[in-house]
Amino acid sequence: MSAAAVVLPPFGRNPVHAALALVSTLFFLACLFVMLSATFLAAMQILVYAGAIMVLFIFVVMLLNLRKADLGDARITGMKVVTALAVLLLVGKVAKVAWTGAGAATSVSLRSGHEEFGAIGPVGDLLFRQFLLPFEMTSVLLLVAVIGAVVVARRRFGRGVE
Amino acid sequence: MAEITLSHYLVLSMVLFGLGLVGVAVRRNAIIMMMSVELMLNAANLTLVAYSRHHGVESGQVMAFFVMALAAAEAAVGLALILAVYRHLRTVNVDEMRQLRR
Repeated sequence: MSAAAVVLPPFGRNPVHAALALVSTLFFLACLFVMLSATFLAAMQILVYAGAIMVLFIFVVMLLNLRKADLGDARITGMKVVTALAVLLLVGKVAKVAWTGAGAATSVSLRSGHEEFGAIGPVGDLLFRQFLLPFEMTSVLLLVAVIGAVVVARRRFGRGVE
Repeated sequence: MAEITLSHYLVLSMVLFGLGLVGVAVRRNAIIMMMSVELMLNAANLTLVAYSRHHGVESGQVMAFFVMALAAAEAAVGLALILAVYRHLRTVNVDEMRQLRR
């Protein structure tokens, strides 16, 4: 459980601080994946999240180059407190179910399918046999996302307004 | 505290999800809201992997893999949208984006 304590909430007022906190959170999540013997997924977590997605976030933060005034006020309003309390209540309810539910007390480290559970071999086998169609659809989705991102972020669209 | 059980992972995942939810609901900076969405997706991933280990079936990990690909696509499009909106309105504060509310 020591790894769980290090997971930081990404709530800095400065977006760069929030991004750095999120990177550490994603890294520790990868550690938890290793503890769950999902080694392939842990490697993907580091590569895709801590690598690609976070670089994208940092790039956008730097591209926008926000001033202090743009960051918004950090005042604690009643609405924010109410929202946080409501979410806390929800989390508490669900966590209680997770804590006392059926099969919750079993140790995950003891239950294992086979020797190389979660290695790239078995996961890839499943990915390219049983989940081949979703896998190919994912590639199409990523292509569409890339084209969409390029079209949306193109500078020509913003010229008329400025 | 003898060993780590399934419920530890589930509770941690729920806490992470709650933090992401608070981030989306409370923060008004669009970039930080996107980061909170990423955090919520990661919490769901942790649940998938934990249950995959619990049942000894790797399908859950494949699902988590798809969630990652989806999150990458979502981040690319979302950040492109934020860039485009910033060019028009010179702000990333979602309260000031009210062109559709008039």
